[in-house]
Amino acid sequence: MSEPQKLIPITIDGQALEVEPGTLVIRAAEQIGVTIPRFCDHPLLDPVAACRQCLVDVEGARKPVAACSEAVRPDMVIRTQETSDLAREYQESQMELLLVNHPLDCPQCDKGGECPLQDQAMKVGPGESRMYEKKRVFTKAMPINAQISLDRERCVLCARCTRFSKQISGDPFIELFERGALEQVSIYGDQPYESYFAGNVVQICPVGALTSNSYRFGARPFDIRRVPGIAFHDASGANVRHDVRRGVIQRTLARTNLAVNDAWLDDKNRYGYAFVGHPDRLSEPLVRGETGALSRSSWVHAVDTAAKAINAAVAAGGPSSVAVLSGGRLTDEDAYAVSRFARDVVGTDHVDFRTSPQSDDLDVLPSIAGAHDVTNEIVEAAPVVVVAGLEPHEELPLLFLRLRKAWKQHGQKIVVVGPVLGRLEEIAWQWIPTEIGGEAAALEALARGDVDQLAPITDAMGDGTDLSLAPNVVLAGERLAASPGALAAAKALADARGAGFAWIPRRPGARGAVDAGLLPGSLPGGRPLSEPGPVAEAWSRLPDAPGTDAAGVFAGLLDGSISTVWLIGVDPVADFDDADLARRALEAAGTVIVSDTMPTESVRRADVVFPVTTPPERVGSFTNWEGRRQAWPQAVGAVGQSLQDWDVVGQVARAMRLDAPDAGIPDLGWETANDVRREAAPLMAPTHERGPATRPETDDAIEASAGTETPAEGLAVTYLPILLQGGTMLTGAKELTESAPPDRVWVNPADAAGLVDGGHVTVNGTGGSVDTGVLVTPSVAPGTVMVPRGHRAALAGATHVTIAQAAAPAAGDAEEANA
Amino acid sequence: MPEVKVLSKRYDVPDAHTLEGYTRTDGWKALKRALNQDPAALRDVVKDSGLRGRGGAGFPTGLKWSFVPQDTGKPVYLVINADEGEPGTFKDRELMERDPFQLIEGILCSAYALNSPRSFIFLRGEYLWSGIRIEEALAEAYAAGYVGDDVMGSGFSHHITLHYGSGAYICGEETALLEALEGRRGQPRLRPPFPAVAGLYACPTVINNVESIAAAGHIIEHGANWWKQWGPERSPGTKLFCVSGEVKRPGNYEYPMGTPARQIIEEACGGMLDGRELKFWAPGGSSTPLLTDEHYDIPMDFDSIAAAGSLMGTGAMMMYSNKTSVIEATLNWIRFYEHESCGKCTPCREGNFWVGQILERILAGRGRPEDIATLDELADNIFGRSFCALADGATSSVKSGIKYFRDEYEYVIANGRLPDHIEPHAGVITDNAQTDRPPMHAGVGHV
Repeated sequence: MSEPQKLIPITIDGQALEVEPGTLVIRAAEQIGVTIPRFCDHPLLDPVAACRQCLVDVEGARKPVAACSEAVRPDMVIRTQETSDLAREYQESQMELLLVNHPLDCPQCDKGGECPLQDQAMKVGPGESRMYEKKRVFTKAMPINAQISLDRERCVLCARCTRFSKQISGDPFIELFERGALEQVSIYGDQPYESYFAGNVVQICPVGALTSNSYRFGARPFDIRRVPGIAFHDASGANVRHDVRRGVIQRTLARTNLAVNDAWLDDKNRYGYAFVGHPDRLSEPLVRGETGALSRSSWVHAVDTAAKAINAAVAAGGPSSVAVLSGGRLTDEDAYAVSRFARDVVGTDHVDFRTSPQSDDLDVLPSIAGAHDVTNEIVEAAPVVVVAGLEPHEELPLLFLRLRKAWKQHGQKIVVVGPVLGRLEEIAWQWIPTEIGGEAAALEALARGDVDQLAPITDAMGDGTDLSLAPNVVLAGERLAASPGALAAAKALADARGAGFAWIPRRPGARGAVDAGLLPGSLPGGRPLSEPGPVAEAWSRLPDAPGTDAAGVFAGLLDGSISTVWLIGVDPVADFDDADLARRALEAAGTVIVSDTMPTESVRRADVVFPVTTPPERVGSFTNWEGRRQAWPQAVGAVGQSLQDWDVVGQVARAMRLDAPDAGIPDLGWETANDVRREAAPLMAPTHERGPATRPETDDAIEASAGTETPAEGLAVTYLPILLQGGTMLTGAKELTESAPPDRVWVNPADAAGLVDGGHVTVNGTGGSVDTGVLVTPSVAPGTVMVPRGHRAALAGATHVTIAQAAAPAAGDAEEANA
Repeated sequence: MPEVKVLSKRYDVPDAHTLEGYTRTDGWKALKRALNQDPAALRDVVKDSGLRGRGGAGFPTGLKWSFVPQDTGKPVYLVINADEGEPGTFKDRELMERDPFQLIEGILCSAYALNSPRSFIFLRGEYLWSGIRIEEALAEAYAAGYVGDDVMGSGFSHHITLHYGSGAYICGEETALLEALEGRRGQPRLRPPFPAVAGLYACPTVINNVESIAAAGHIIEHGANWWKQWGPERSPGTKLFCVSGEVKRPGNYEYPMGTPARQIIEEACGGMLDGRELKFWAPGGSSTPLLTDEHYDIPMDFDSIAAAGSLMGTGAMMMYSNKTSVIEATLNWIRFYEHESCGKCTPCREGNFWVGQILERILAGRGRPEDIATLDELADNIFGRSFCALADGATSSVKSGIKYFRDEYEYVIANGRLPDHIEPHAGVITDNAQTDRPPMHAGVGHV
């Protein structure tokens, strides 16, 4: 840690102040509330001093000084436009020049009304033009990818977008071309600006040059309502703002929160809002009638039907004949409500929020419930970060930006463990390319520190006892648990090296589900079922025995020991690894109840369907991967008759109580989401009572079916969820999905004999084959192929495949894969 | 004092561009002398000589060298700015074409003084003859052991890389040059850090003009006092003046600093073309404010020219007669700057575009009375407010043209045409090869 540095005394507009050494004049002025006009300046980008709008008068300086790039010097005397005619004249002159080639088409420009150029021109502009000449002319609205259009005439060449793509996201596929008055932002030939972060350049563009096609001509700044929100596509907890016009989200922007997302947002969270108001949304309850078809129903009838079905199942087979599965997409309130409903109302412990359940989770995850000790800021400051079971660029893009920032700013040493390096190729310091399933051994070796080849890493990590250094961090992705013992090994590594440990799920409600106890044998706060602590007093009863995980639920449905399942925000056919197993299980179930937003396959197989709200349609909170709980207000009205999940659960509980008054079903007493919140808060707060989930005495949970040893032939497959591939929550986000990178498998050059990078291939597994593209890259281990998770079903979950060059590109394949 | 030949002493030697010719004509003496001395002492010699940079700004070369930290553990790079793109300037070109070894020897002496293991010659891409001569000279010098590992058995090693620019005037600006040399878009960098501390590849870097480095070789050979025998106290030494325009014999002429302009033109160039009288001239290339016949007798050195309201620049004297329109000349220059502006900053990019449009409109007969004030203000709004000095130079001819020839502007705006005595394009001289020297590319057979 550096010593506190001496503050530097300066004077701005006659006001004396002291600022940190290295502070830029423009930032120092902000400290006393003076906003020096600027375009190219952005606090998170390196200064470029190109627009010259921020010129100020500095005593003793030979020339006007660009406030955005000049660091303060002791006893500097600065005069801005507030007190200096000279500074005002500098700024007016630059504004006049900026407008020389600007088309001034504000009335038809999307930026009009919220445009820094417009605002500042009104403030410091000359008012009247003395420019009689012809302006330069470009073709309007040039697409730079499917989502973003560029109007080069409006561009003031501040280079914010090009600097963002170079400095922040590291995919510089937009660049300045030509020179002089013909200088322009452009893309290389017809290669689109391919980036998961492309939308940020639209948001930071200080003029109307970069616009989103999905927002283009859709609304005006003066007739939209700006409502804060929290990102609901992943576990980043990114702070967003929904701009709403007449009850419809027109766009989503990033809010600045330096502790979470800086000022950035990935494109999925930025542009994936169309499903909220999509016509396909479930808007009314559905009940399977006597004809065998799902038909519209009243809420009263649907709730009654569900309640009676559950009561009947409990009466027939006991509480353990009912299971509740959720999918990591529920708000914290809903997760708690579902957790209590299952245990206290139904009496079953068959709950699970995971879609790829692994038994390691049950030991490790409850132990992080409520934790909020490894944050974005801790990750950023860490000298060494170990990443395992996680490809952050695909699975949590904003975490990738955070790592890249740390790498760029202080040379963070990023160590990747596992078969896939992915986009971390650019910034990783060391890669330990294991075989699939070999992560545990590598992590254990790092913890022991007895392998010579790993000495540079273990030396860099130390043992965490040097308190003058920021702590190191181990980041374990949710996929890590699929490798037996690896999740525990990652936690053990963190403990052995005195490093922080964080579990990185993908879905927004996953961490909240852990905290709420949506795991079999685990209660709110991560308390074991066998040692419930205060939960026992808060709830009227608890299940007698620990339940089974989602895989066990499917098995139970198939063997008849479980007759009724309620799917809350999860579609097993699409979300789980084995779609066929899920189909058969739902087929075998006596009653399937579904709460969802979209007509998924599970919805079509359901007996009762409850339409529920999406996050912007309600108040709620998500706990992100850091353990940071963030609430948001309602942005838009709920579609149709949809209700919030806690409300549905509460109504069904009430109906069950009325239906079976003597069954000891408690009165939950929830009237508003805040009631749930108030009840949940103390139970979900961090506690030392947390511990591994209680397991059944004879743990017959079904282990992953990979146990059937087939002779391995070809390349070992690792399935990776690709950011913009699949998912009902991308419904309607046309431009976003069109701007997705091409679908392709990743193959190491050593395995790529006969394959052409960027060409088309056929991936052959024992259970099926897929035509797709191929990327030949050293960022996947030799002997391994990364196959996008969306192809898992088509390959029947093959563990090994062969890859052959395809003769001709099969048109439309990529679209099918995305569908 | 008449013309003196120091840098140009081999210009009349037909084979000076060969190792044999160069060695025969007292070549390599500076290097031999340098290698026996302490590098720090050599740096002091250059500092004491008062040599001022010949690239335009006139910054003392020795002082620039003294800014370079010698103890960073990083290599010190020497970069030769041979991106001679200023209109009217062709002194480095002839120096490299006729006497490339002089530059190489200057580089070696300077590099030894700076403890630099590698230098880069950033050559203007269009200078094909210069490039061929330097490539051939480097090959010979490498083969003969003057360049490379263990120079002349001294234990000092130095490698020289020739890099061709891609045709951008802005790359003559030292930080844009470094950007281009590193493989990026040629646009100037923010300072600090200054190149002396973190220049090429973030290492300490010295960037000097071709003529400065060549002169440094001579100074290291003969000493500081020898150099100071010429010129005034604060602008010592000789200078290559490249004269162009409406004179009888344009070309490069080496005179002591402080020689009156009139002497150079009358004595070396044979005066203005017959029937033409001096109207205006740029003393140091197109980026320096124009002077008039009033200033014909000023001594050509940094301070005297500055006192007259202009700049020494590169010493490229561009002479124009009463048959030439100052507005046309200015438009010609502005078109150059408009085209060569890198586009990075607003005043240069937009300002030059606008100034060019106004001048074009005036010359097309559609001038407005307020145009003169607009031009004058625009020049003020560009000067000193742009990112680098390119735009400052662009405003020179606009400001000074209006200052001295406001009546011509007023006439053209009022009458919609040039005054009768002006001949369009009078400044464009095609028949001016009145020189006894062999053609520039003599001896370059294979091109």
